[in-house]
Formats: sequence, C-alpha cells, structure tokens
Amino acid sequence: MLPEMHLRSVNEYHWLTDNQFADVFAISQAAPGPSILIVTLIGYKAAGVFGAFLATAAVIVPAGVLVYLVSRFWEHAARSPIRMAIEKGFAPLTVGLVLATAYVLGRSTDRDWRSYLLTAVCAAVFIFTKVNPLIVVAAAGLMGFLGWLG
Amino acid sequence: MSESATLTESGAVKPSLWELIWTFNQIALASFGGGLSAWSREILVVEKHWMGEEEFLSASTMCRILPGANQINLAVFVGAKFGALPGAFAAVFGLTLIPVLIVLVLAILYFQFHDVPSLQKILHGAAAAAVALTLAMVVKTGRKCLHGPIPILLFLSTFILNGVLRWPLLLVLAIVAPLSLIWAWPRSKNK
Repeated sequence: MLPEMHLRSVNEYHWLTDNQFADVFAISQAAPGPSILIVTLIGYKAAGVFGAFLATAAVIVPAGVLVYLVSRFWEHAARSPIRMAIEKGFAPLTVGLVLATAYVLGRSTDRDWRSYLLTAVCAAVFIFTKVNPLIVVAAAGLMGFLGWLG
Repeated sequence: MSESATLTESGAVKPSLWELIWTFNQIALASFGGGLSAWSREILVVEKHWMGEEEFLSASTMCRILPGANQINLAVFVGAKFGALPGAFAAVFGLTLIPVLIVLVLAILYFQFHDVPSLQKILHGAAAAAVALTLAMVVKTGRKCLHGPIPILLFLSTFILNGVLRWPLLLVLAIVAPLSLIWAWPRSKNK
C-alpha cells in the first residue's frame, strides 16, 4: 500500500516532496494509533484539516465494509470445519508474520548496538516479568529523549 | 448498554459500546512507537479476555489478507463480533479519534517548523521498546501454538518468506495458508 501511496502523492499529485513523505512516514509510524494514519498527514498537506479527515475516512470505510461482511460470515460459521481449520492452522502462520513484522521494524528503527541492546532488554522484561508494558515503553522513550541511544 | 453482561460463546463478558470505544482508545494510545498488534493482543486477549489466543491470531491474519489497514480491520472485526454494526463503528472510532487528532497536531507542527527533534529522540527509544513488545508477543503466542514439527515449519517458512526474503504477503499466504489448512482441517487424521 505504501509504495502506491508514495507514487500517487509525491510523483503524480505533488502534494509533498520526497523528503516530506519520508518524514511524514516516520511520524505516522511512531505516533500512537494505526500507522495507516499517514493518510491523515498527507490529507492535511493536500487540503488542510478537512483533507485530513476526508483522507482518513476514505481509507477506513471501503475496507471496513468488506471486513464487516466477512466478520458476519465468520460468526455464522462458528462451528464449521473451515473456521476451526483457520483458527488452528493460521495460528503458527500468524506468529511467523508477527516475527516478520518485528524483524522488519527492528531493522529500520534499531540503528546501533545500543538500540539493539535496549530492544533485547525490553523483550526480556516483557517475557519474564509482569511489569506494565506502558511503563517500559515510556522509560525507553525517556532514554531516547536523554540522548542515551545516540 | 442493557446487554453488557451477557455471555458470549467463549464465556467472556460481552462489552458495551462504551467499553469498545474506551478499550480501542487504550490500545491506540498505548502504541506510541509502534507495536499496535502486540498491544491489541495484550489488551484484548491477556487483560480483558475478550478473545482466545487462536481466535485473535486467526482474526488478525484475516485482517491482513483483506484490503485496507490491518489494524483498523481488526477493530472492525472485533467491534462487529461484540456489537454488530454499532460495535464496529465504536471500535474504529475509539481506535482512530484521538490518534487522528494527535497526528493532525504533529502535521501542523511539522509543516510549520519542519522538524521535531526531541520528539524524534523519544520515538527512537519508544520504537525500540515497541519492537521488543512485538518480539515478546512472538514468544508468548508461539509457546501456545508451536507444538510439533509441522506448526514450527509453517511458522518458520512464513517468517523467512515474508520477513527475511520480503516476499509480498499475499504470495506468502498463497503458499503457506493452504498447507496450514490441510494440517489443521478437523476431519483429517491429526485431531
């Protein structure tokens, strides 16, 4: 989805420059909430606050309708073999996808050994303790703010 | 909501619309620096017990396959499960309202001042922790579903094809999903 977005908003409609797109991408990745809200930023640049809301709605609604229909079917299929097979069979596959996400994200955000170390320590805390993850994320953010991560 | 205490199939309490809005808002706000999927699991499965582990995992894969943004799709899916159409709206509204406002403020700041340096430093740290939370999710969910050689093989091949080789998601799933379904089909000999 992202390459297509870049193509349209930078090369075709010239709403933003290449650099602005990269920055806006970074903001949308790091800000709380779904990273798809990059469209809110692009919409804002293209047509102000109204553009921001319009772009956001446009990216949510069509797919949302489809997902809604699928979820209705899913509830009806409660005890069917296909649903049982998907729930059991997709679990290992999904864990693989989640690891892929972590891997790709880690390679783009962790820049040197200090951030790798921080990721490793945080992962150990999440796995072996019951500390509220929010506290850990906030502490890591503070370390970044203090410049400990270079 | 009058029906807020009825039991669903899994035996969990059925959340009201307000709870849906509030919970998805909580998920969204917790995910600064990234890691939204991990936060969704943390809150929907671990904290609230709204869904079982396998139900959550399969729903999140379906939401990746369907077009659109998987995180918003998941909100629609979970919202619809508990509250039909109003539920879907409530979940999406909760997930996006505050983040849209935050992103909007950041957009205005960014296009005015062209840089938000201390913000970027904070995010650098938070992103490292978000990656860690996602890794922790792999370990925690993996422990529950990766028993035996076949699931481990499915897991590894998905990771390598999609993560390391960067094959497109749909291509990877076109290869791995049928194998997963054959393995997991209830009428087959493994039960």
